[in-house]
Amino acid sequence: MLHNTAQASPALNVVALVSVGAHPSSGRARRAEQDARAVELGLRLAGEQLEVLHAGDPQQPALRSYLGMGLQQLHVIEQPAQADVISALHDYLQDSDAQLILTGSQAETGEGSGMLPFLLAEQLGWPMVVGLTEVEHIGNGIAQVLQALPRGQRRRLKVRLPFIASLDNAAPAARQSAFGPARRGELLSHAAEANPDALLSESPLQPARPRPKRLKIITAKTGAERMKAATAKASGGGGQIIKGDSPEAGAEAIFKLLVDEGVLR
Amino acid sequence: MMLNTLLPILLFAALALAVVGAFKRFAMWRRGKPAEVDWFGGLLAIPRRYMVDLHHVVARDKYIANTHVATAGGFVLAAVLAILVHGFGLHSAVLGYVLLAATALMFVGALFVAKRRFDPPARLSKGPWMRLPKSLLMFSASLFIATLPVAGILPAGFGGWLLAAILLVAITWGVSELFFGMTWGGPMKHAFAGALHLAWHRRAERFGGGRSTGLKALNLDDPQAPLGVEKPTDFTWNQLLGFDACVQCGKCEAACPAFAAGQPLNPKKLIQDMVVGLVGGSDAKFAGSPYPGKNIGEHSGGPHLPIVALDGKALVDAETLWSCTTCRACVEECPMMIEHVDAIVDMRRHLTLEKGATPNKGAEVLDNLIATDNPGGFAPGGRLNWAADLDLPVLADKRQCDVLFWVGDGAFDMRNQRTLRALVKVLKAAAVDFAVLGLEERDSGDVARRLGDEATFQQLAKRNIATLAQYTFKTIVTADPHSFHVLKNEYGALGGHYRVLHHSTYIEQLINAGDLNLGQHQNAAVTYHDPCYLGRYNGEYEAPRNVLNAIGIEVREMQRSGFRSRCCGGGGGAPITDIPGKQRIPDMRMVDIKETSAEIVAVGCPQCTLMLEGVVEPRPQVKDIAELVAEVLIEAAPKPSVKRQPAETSA
Ligand code: SF4
Ligand code: SF4
Repeated sequence: MLHNTAQASPALNVVALVSVGAHPSSGRARRAEQDARAVELGLRLAGEQLEVLHAGDPQQPALRSYLGMGLQQLHVIEQPAQADVISALHDYLQDSDAQLILTGSQAETGEGSGMLPFLLAEQLGWPMVVGLTEVEHIGNGIAQVLQALPRGQRRRLKVRLPFIASLDNAAPAARQSAFGPARRGELLSHAAEANPDALLSESPLQPARPRPKRLKIITAKTGAERMKAATAKASGGGGQIIKGDSPEAGAEAIFKLLVDEGVLR
Repeated sequence: MMLNTLLPILLFAALALAVVGAFKRFAMWRRGKPAEVDWFGGLLAIPRRYMVDLHHVVARDKYIANTHVATAGGFVLAAVLAILVHGFGLHSAVLGYVLLAATALMFVGALFVAKRRFDPPARLSKGPWMRLPKSLLMFSASLFIATLPVAGILPAGFGGWLLAAILLVAITWGVSELFFGMTWGGPMKHAFAGALHLAWHRRAERFGGGRSTGLKALNLDDPQAPLGVEKPTDFTWNQLLGFDACVQCGKCEAACPAFAAGQPLNPKKLIQDMVVGLVGGSDAKFAGSPYPGKNIGEHSGGPHLPIVALDGKALVDAETLWSCTTCRACVEECPMMIEHVDAIVDMRRHLTLEKGATPNKGAEVLDNLIATDNPGGFAPGGRLNWAADLDLPVLADKRQCDVLFWVGDGAFDMRNQRTLRALVKVLKAAAVDFAVLGLEERDSGDVARRLGDEATFQQLAKRNIATLAQYTFKTIVTADPHSFHVLKNEYGALGGHYRVLHHSTYIEQLINAGDLNLGQHQNAAVTYHDPCYLGRYNGEYEAPRNVLNAIGIEVREMQRSGFRSRCCGGGGGAPITDIPGKQRIPDMRMVDIKETSAEIVAVGCPQCTLMLEGVVEPRPQVKDIAELVAEVLIEAAPKPSVKRQPAETSA
C-alpha cells in the first residue's frame, strides 16, 4: 500500500481522537469507521509521530484494531462509561502541544451527537473544520486543506494552526488493521477526573430512527436528463446570497428561511 | 597406465567435493526454523518412498518414468561400481561386465532424456537443464569405454594416450555434473535434495498412500513473535530442503489455473525463487517460463531479506502470492512432493497478520468475518432466513441428532439457498434425524485462513468447536467442501474431531441403504466438475459420480477431471483478492465443460456454483448434485416401481 498523498511533515503534532465503534449489522464493537479515517490521515501526515487518544475504558479490546494500523501505542484517558469526556479531553489536550486534532464526524456508539469536536473547539478556542478530506500543505503555521461538500465537490480552505477537523466518509479509507501490531501495541492509560454527563443521566436513551428523506421528484424523460438530475447540484431556485448587508439583515434573512422551512415555529 | 592412476584421483576428488558441498547445502537448509523430523527412520524410508510414493506420481507420465528408472538406476549402479572398480581398483571381469551393463542402461536412458530435450515443452526449464542429457551421455559413454579393458573386451592400454586423454576429459565433465554438481547446485541437485526431502518431508503422512492437506496451525501464543514467513529463513528448514528438491519439470506450471489465466503466478518459478532466496542472488539465471507479465532478472533476495516488498521489488511480488486459488493442482502433480500451497499461505500470513496488506476486498471480508461471522457482513441474525418456511430442527432445542447439517455461508446467498433447500428436501425424504446449528453456526474460517488471517480463523474455529461441544451428533454433513475440509482436517489441531461427510457421500449412503425413492433423469447430457476441496483435498471422486449414476445420469467426463480437475477459480480467497490476468479461470473451466457438449454441469460446491454461473450465457446450466437428486425425488410414492418423469423443481 502506498500512502504518499501528503508529505509527512515531522514537525507537525497531530492528535487523532478515536472512539469505540459498532458494526452496523451486528452491533459488535470495532474501530469506528470515521475515527479510523482520522487515524489514517494522521498517519499520512505525521507518520510515527501521530498520537492517538481515546477517552474511556483502556481494557476495551476493540481499541486494539487502531493499534493494528501500525501504531506503537494508544493513549487512553480513563473514563467511566457514562462520563462526559469533553473536559477530560480538554485538560489533556491543553497541556499537550497538539497542533492539529483529527476525529470522526460522529461516534457510532453512545450519544453519537457529533457535538464533541465542536464543544472541544469551543473550549480550546480553536477553529473547527468539518468534512476534512485532505491536508494539502502546511507551512508558516497555516494549513491548506480540502473540505468535502456534497456531490463530490471540494472547497479549499486556509486554516491557522492549531485547529480541530472532523472527517467523514469522503476522507481516504483507513488501512487494514493487522493482528500482529494490534496485539503488540500498547494501551497507555492516564488517570483523569470523571465528569458525570448531566444530560445523559437525566434523559432516557432510545434507539434512533432513520431520518425520513425528502422526496425528490424527478420528471426526467430521457436517460440523459435522469443522469443530470442525479448528479447536478440541487438548484433550489429560492437561494439567496447575502453580501455586504448588516449582520442584522443577514440574521433576519436566515431566521425567515428557517421559519419558511418549518425548522422554527 | 595413465588412466589407472588418474581415474581414482578424479573419482575421489569429485566425491570429496560432493561431500563438502553436501555439508554446505545442509547448513543452508538448517538456517530455516526448527522442525521435528524422524532423522533415522526417514533416511531408512527413502527407498520405499522413492520407489512407491514418488514413482506413483512420476508414473503418470510413462515416458519420463521409464526414462528416469533407466537413467537413475543405471547411474546409481554405475557410480557405486565405478568407485569400486576404478576407484579402489577392483579389476574383476564380473564387476566390469555389470558396470558395462549399468552404463549402457544409463546411456539408453540418457538418450531418451536427450530426445525429450530435443523440442522441449514450454513447462520444462532450459539453461543448465539442456546440458544435463549431454553430461549423462558423456558420463555413461566414457565410463563404458574406460571399463572395456576391465571386462577384458579390449586390451589394457588400448587407444594409447590420446583416447585416455579424451576419456579423462569426458569423465571429468561427467563426474563434475553428476557427483559434486549434485551438492553444489547443478541440475543433479534434485537427486541429493530430493532424497533427503523424501526422508524428512514436513508431511510424512503423505507417504504410503496417506493424505495430508490441512494447513498447519500457526502458533499464536507468543505476542512478540513475528507471524508468518517474511524471509526465507522463516520457513522451517525442511520446507527449504523441499524447495531445493525441485527438478523444474514444470508439471505444476502446466496444471496451475492462475498461470493459464495469465495471472502473475507460476508455481515452478515460485519454488525456484525460494531457492534463490535460500542461496541469495537474483532470478536472472532462471531458465523457465516467467510469472506472466513479469520480466525475469528484476527480482532478487537473500536468506535474511524480506521476500515481499510492499513498495518496490524484492524476491516475489505480493500479487504473485495472492493469485493462487489454493487448488493444490501443483502439489498433486509435483513428482518431488513439494508443498507449494503451504509456502504461499505461510507468506500470505505475514502479509495479512503483520503488514495488514491483504489486497482488494480482503480487508473488508476479514473485518466482516470478525464483526459478523460471515464474509459478506450480513446481520448474523439472518443466517436462517433461507429456511424460514422449512421448519428446520435446531440443535439448541433438540440437543442431539444423527446428522448435523452444516449449512455454511451459502445461507446468505440466494443462488446457494436453492441448493440448501434441495438438500433439506432430500434429507427429509429420507427421514434423516438431522438438525442445524442455526444462528449458532459461524463461518468455518476457511477463507480467513487462506487469506493468511490465522488469528481470525482460530477465533472462528474455537467458537465453532465450543458450540459443537455442547451437543451430541454422529455425523456432520455439509454441501460446502470448504467447510467440509476445514471441519474434517483443520479443526483437529484446535481440538475439534468430527466425522464429516460431504453431501454427495451422504446421499450415496442414503441411496445404497435404500432410504431414497428416486426417479431417473432422462437423456440428460451432464458433466461433473470436481471441486478442489472435495477431490484433491479429500480424495472424494467416486461418491458424486455414483450418485449421478444412480439417478440415471451418465457423466460425460471432461479431459481434466478427477485429480486433474481444473479449479473454478473460487478457492483461496482468489475472487476476493482478485488479481487481474488475461482471462478468467471460470471462463477457462467453462470451455472445458462445453467441450463435453453437456447441457448441465453438476457441481458439489457453493463456490464452484457461483464461479461457473458467473460465466456469461449461453453456457450449460449449473446444478448442484443435491438439486439434481431433489428433482427426481419421488416423495411418499406408494410403490417404488411406478416410474415418473422428472417434473418437480428443486425449490
Ligand atoms: S515444484 Fe515440483 S512440479 Fe513444479 S517444477 Fe518443481 S518438481 Fe516440477
Ligand atoms: S494451488 Fe493452484 S493456483 Fe495455487 S499455485 Fe498451485 S496450481 Fe496454481
